Amino acid sequence: MTDASIHSPASGGKSSLLALDARTKRRNAAEARFRMYGISAVAAGVFFLVVLLGAILSNGVGAFQQTFLTVEVYLDPAKLDKKGQRDIADIKKVSTFGYTPLVQQGLFDQIEANGIETPLAKRKDMKALISASAAAQVRDFVIANPDRIGDKVEFRVLTSSRVDGYLKGRVTRESVARDKNIKPVHLDLVDSFTDLGIIKKEFNWSFITGADASESRAEQAGMGVSILGSFFMTLVVLALALPIGVAASIYLEEFAPQNRFTDLIEVNISNLAAVPSIVFGILGLAVFIQFAHLPQSAPLVGGLVLTLMTLPTIIISTRASLKSVPPSIRDAALGIGASKMQAVFHHVLPLAMPGILTGTIIGLAQALGETAPLLLIGMVGYIATNYPEGIASGFMDPNSAMPAQIYEWAKRADPAYYERAWGGIIILLVFLLTMNIIAIILRRRFERRW
Amino acid sequence: MYDVHTHRAETNVDDIKISANDVQVYYGDTHAIKDVSIEIEAKCVTAFIGPSGCGKSTFLRCLNRMNDTIDICRVEGQILLDEEDIYDKRVDPVQLRAKVGMVFQKPNPFPKSIYDNIAYGPRIHGLANSKADLDVIVEKSLRRGAIWDEVKDRLHAPGTGLSGGQQQRLCIARAVATEPEVLLMDEPCSALDPIATAQVEELIDELRQDYSVVIVTHSMQQAARVSQKTAFFHLGNLVEFGETGKIFTNPEDPRTESYITGRIG
Repeated sequence: MTDASIHSPASGGKSSLLALDARTKRRNAAEARFRMYGISAVAAGVFFLVVLLGAILSNGVGAFQQTFLTVEVYLDPAKLDKKGQRDIADIKKVSTFGYTPLVQQGLFDQIEANGIETPLAKRKDMKALISASAAAQVRDFVIANPDRIGDKVEFRVLTSSRVDGYLKGRVTRESVARDKNIKPVHLDLVDSFTDLGIIKKEFNWSFITGADASESRAEQAGMGVSILGSFFMTLVVLALALPIGVAASIYLEEFAPQNRFTDLIEVNISNLAAVPSIVFGILGLAVFIQFAHLPQSAPLVGGLVLTLMTLPTIIISTRASLKSVPPSIRDAALGIGASKMQAVFHHVLPLAMPGILTGTIIGLAQALGETAPLLLIGMVGYIATNYPEGIASGFMDPNSAMPAQIYEWAKRADPAYYERAWGGIIILLVFLLTMNIIAIILRRRFERRW
Repeated sequence: MYDVHTHRAETNVDDIKISANDVQVYYGDTHAIKDVSIEIEAKCVTAFIGPSGCGKSTFLRCLNRMNDTIDICRVEGQILLDEEDIYDKRVDPVQLRAKVGMVFQKPNPFPKSIYDNIAYGPRIHGLANSKADLDVIVEKSLRRGAIWDEVKDRLHAPGTGLSGGQQQRLCIARAVATEPEVLLMDEPCSALDPIATAQVEELIDELRQDYSVVIVTHSMQQAARVSQKTAFFHLGNLVEFGETGKIFTNPEDPRTESYITGRIG
């Protein structure tokens, strides 16, 4: 914009090369300004990225730690097996309600044993400290080991999410004042137990491997089942979108005649890539669930919907990488008598492979992080403790997906779920990052084969 | 140095290898080649010269039906190779191109090893029954491409790592490896320096013993140096065709004279 010069050297007398003329100065200043714009744009981008990552990490890392308490539980035969036959059917008749008092008693005994002074004088006061999942955990142990009834067994059980929040600084004495579930006296007791090592924060594997839990048991909720849901969904997308997308692109790019019809298809593929994902969701609801009667909330249906959504991305990137293969390679192959198909599959495709793989993996990553279409086919909701039993069930049973799980947690009232939503985002980002790294590695590997 | 071909019977230099009659080529609505009739002899180098855009490359690409790959291109008329119409419906262009090899303007080796570059053609046409056969073909082709001595120690190095002139000779060797009868060369030296050009020209002269070579060139000196017959194209017409010596010293058509003396083109 500044260097449209028709400068005649004869016009202004002799000019020195050592002194910049006004035009050159303006041009240099414009360039310097442009560099500044560029640097500030990059800096702004980096700043926002750092803020985003910082926020995610500071909010989410807490979810990977959980507070546990160690408690010795007396498996009272009088309560757990009244007939004394050790008959598994009889033992199973005792519900978790039968176990809750035993766990509470175990913890209550610790007060006296360690000489802690507390106004909490009743066994039931321990309820605020122990997760509701503890009784189920003890019951599962007893059913698996009926011969241990009558023994004192040490368990490591979850604390309630309020205690967990107190140790992580989320729950304070001020906030407890308005809380019905826990009182400051409980927190005093937690302090004493923490000093004794009975209550401890530890790394929480079950956040990564566990299933979702009910609204009142935030401490138990994990991403595991929804990770499996995402995994099965991604498998469906990979198995369908990659072959269909690559075959369609190869045909359109290398074989299809150039006419109105293929132009129309091209325009529509580009348009599909810009269609909001929720539209694919409602399409999936209408076609796969209402018309084809596939099961609701199943990763198979989720995968089909995400396949539709990913196909345009894969087709566009595959065609771009096929186009970038120089035509001289095609000529060379055709010139020595290779058929069109041989030219494409022996020469063009290997050269386009890195681009195709990158496009596919980026499409998959996009599908992995997609939430909106899943809302419409019911892949968001409460899926607790039912891990898929095998491959078929993995595809067909109701499940959630990682982003849907995060969305679900973010909706819930308990602030403990807010932390878990951030933690879930960290897991999701780790998956996406891994996929992108795989894309880069594959790209390098294939490029080395020139 | 060069193996003598034994499988062809004809020895008469005046044999007609390719004969084109009233060939018209259209690109969409553009009439690119008009009424071209020409007879190309076996075991002889024929040069196509003419200014840019005169249709000489287009006509060359008709001879092995490379124009088929361009959707809007339409060819009319008759082109006979050994008295068989190559545009007959029954002709598979793939088979035709194995018989009529092609070398392009820009050296275009495959991004594979030197060995695989040569071996690809014989492999897809089933010319070798064993690895040993293939080794023989590769060596023979590289020798015919006058590049064997330079690459024999690095057959498994990438072909794209060679210099421009070496790459072009590799491409010629690759074209020769499928045992073609005709070699089409589309400005094979335009991307090469003078030394590499001289090597390729020498090679073309040697290839004449076994093949019919048709070369498109921008350089009139090159046409004069390597060819026995020269065809001058102008604006899609074949203006003049005859012995190279006669075209350059005593052209019949005033347009040919203008071109070779540098007044048009």
